[in-house]
Amino acid sequence: MTTATTPVRTPVRPSAPAVRGRANRPGLRKRLELALLLGPALLLFAGFVLVPIGIAGFYSLFKWNGFGPLDDFIGFDNYADAFSGPVFQGAIGHNLIIAGLSIVVQLPLSIGLALLLNRKLRGRAVLRALVFAPYVLSEAITAVIWALMLQPNGFADQVLKSAGLGGLVHNWLADPGIVLYTLFAVITWKYIGFGIILLLAGLQGVPAELREAAALDGASAWQTTRHVVLPLLGPTIRIWIFLSVIGSLQLFDLVWIMTLGGPANASTTMATYLIDHGFKRYEFGFGSAVAVILFVICFVFALLYQRFALRRDTQGALTRMVG
Amino acid sequence: MSLKRRIPVLAVLAAIVPLALSACSGGSDTPAQPSGPVTLTWWHNGTTDPIKSIWAKVVTDYQAAHPDVTIKAQPLQNEDFGTKVPLALQSAEPPDIYQSWGAGDLASQITSGKVADITDATKSWIEPTTGKFGENWKVDGKQYGVPFEQHFVGFWYRKDLFTQAGITTPPKTMDELNAAVSQLKAKGIAPISVGGKDRWPDAFYYNYFAVRECSVDVLKQSVKAVKLEDPCWTKAGQDLKNFLATEPFQTGFAGTPAQQGAGSSAGLVANGKAAMELQGDWEPGTMSSLTEDKDLDSKVGWFPFPSVAGGAGDPSTVLGGGDGFACTTRASKACADFLQYLGSEPVQTKLAAEGAGLPVNSVAAKSLKTDTLKAVYEYGTKAPYLQMYFDRAFPTAVGAALNDAVANMFAGQGTPEGIVAAVNQAAAGNK
Repeated sequence: MTTATTPVRTPVRPSAPAVRGRANRPGLRKRLELALLLGPALLLFAGFVLVPIGIAGFYSLFKWNGFGPLDDFIGFDNYADAFSGPVFQGAIGHNLIIAGLSIVVQLPLSIGLALLLNRKLRGRAVLRALVFAPYVLSEAITAVIWALMLQPNGFADQVLKSAGLGGLVHNWLADPGIVLYTLFAVITWKYIGFGIILLLAGLQGVPAELREAAALDGASAWQTTRHVVLPLLGPTIRIWIFLSVIGSLQLFDLVWIMTLGGPANASTTMATYLIDHGFKRYEFGFGSAVAVILFVICFVFALLYQRFALRRDTQGALTRMVG
Repeated sequence: MSLKRRIPVLAVLAAIVPLALSACSGGSDTPAQPSGPVTLTWWHNGTTDPIKSIWAKVVTDYQAAHPDVTIKAQPLQNEDFGTKVPLALQSAEPPDIYQSWGAGDLASQITSGKVADITDATKSWIEPTTGKFGENWKVDGKQYGVPFEQHFVGFWYRKDLFTQAGITTPPKTMDELNAAVSQLKAKGIAPISVGGKDRWPDAFYYNYFAVRECSVDVLKQSVKAVKLEDPCWTKAGQDLKNFLATEPFQTGFAGTPAQQGAGSSAGLVANGKAAMELQGDWEPGTMSSLTEDKDLDSKVGWFPFPSVAGGAGDPSTVLGGGDGFACTTRASKACADFLQYLGSEPVQTKLAAEGAGLPVNSVAAKSLKTDTLKAVYEYGTKAPYLQMYFDRAFPTAVGAALNDAVANMFAGQGTPEGIVAAVNQAAAGNK
């Protein structure tokens, strides 16, 4: 203490301790700050994310109906059962189809609409609000509304008939060959607004000078869009794909309310399969295994995608700090 | 006011009988029961009227007659029981009384060790109160719960649409049913509605074909062994396949919910858009909430599932189930006393008179609301054998596998052999 308070007069005693003290104090403060700011979040994260994942992993090694003691250790049998079951295989397939369709259909649609809504046109604010409106609805409400509209002879069928398209009427939710695509259409209706808003925000980051320069160089509208705007939208598009794929893999509410995964398991997803088996059939060990599988698939995808696709976008924000 | 007078007598009985019994059966391994004032938490699914207000009144009445008992009723959505009960039975403080549908489900729950064996506490009154029906809440000869309502499944039909199609008497055989289906179709009426989205309504058909094809002995033995070996099970699947081939159901039935909205299978019958539905006795109550028609009761009739030519089953065997409650160990005596009250005449009469369900106590049968319900009760209670719905009779996972396999057949996939195989595989623990 004395060294710190004593005025430094003699050159014999260098002010090293004082310097070190000055360097230490911010270090300590920084650590305190970190502990204070991160502590609660870390505790919550550990308690409600990490520990449950660990527990699920533990349960998944047992044949357990959720009631008695955990005494029937079966190793990885639950995992083997899940992967060999045709219904779960189908469920994974359905998740992948939804994810794939999202990228192939929703992405171009979102980009197109975002470019359109980025132009100066009359009623743009209203149009933007309209497009975004479905996203504000909860998934449960969306599901109930669409289930009612899609019932046989319901609103959707009536609209088609009055437009002279009666031939297009199908058993939207009752035909195993169609139901998944019906659900995808509803998902698109609900989430397209989110993609558009995200891309509109991205478009604001495209400098007007670049477009002008391209126009001066004689680039057509298409060329400007293709070679100037789209590359600059890259980060936005990549993050949208990330969110969309994770959302598709975890799809649950909409399917559960509209079809319960049926008919004939034609719209089962990994998450509905998990609830169906874990809770409805009292197979908690098996359900835990399915939950772990779902988690691992999402986690691996997230890691790989961060590593390879988002690498440049998040550089500095994530990668540097970790190092 | 006979209601009020009877309660103290019951209360005294309820207090003395278990005491006397417990005095006799020394050395039972039930944990020490709390003495003095006791609070019972009660999970029931009565979230809508009439049952909601009946249970509310039951609580007030029971507390008035038993000053040392407080009942904390917690109504839960029916669908929530599947998720909440397992978690609660794992926890340190499960509810003292919870809704239970007996049989396979209850058998699964018992493995938690938290469900109380109330054999001794119910011995004196269970038989006179619930008849043979109470046995469905027994596992390995021990009583774990008590029913308060029973259910029977049969065809509900609209008399006006039948008349319109020229059908004079309700079908008694499958041939007659098939004829009725063609007659209704000829008039452009959807003959039968079914809630295929929910799967369990599909299963009623396979269940009933099995009940008609298999002898009572086979039914009992197969449920006990959780194994379908007799060829009658495959024959039932074939019957179902043949019946589906006649296309008796409404358009898009595989996506129709059973009970939600006017477009549900119950709503279609309630609004005259379909002529029949194979459903439990709760159907009039469900339908009345899905239509503006105040005159519905007079328009619907009931007939049992038709007989199947060549089947080994007794054509008067009934498919059904029931609602009941199970007790957990902490205060099982107080719980059992309360369940006795639920089975007593005043409560049972109220349930019957307000159309909440078919009473388990026969003294209340005369109070049933409509002649149709009386006929259902009559048929069900006179049946030589009640087969509990298989999804309840079997262990939960096996029952769900059966429902799924049947629903797949409704959606145009699978074979009669496939249904049998699905059950046997699920019983063997395969997915």
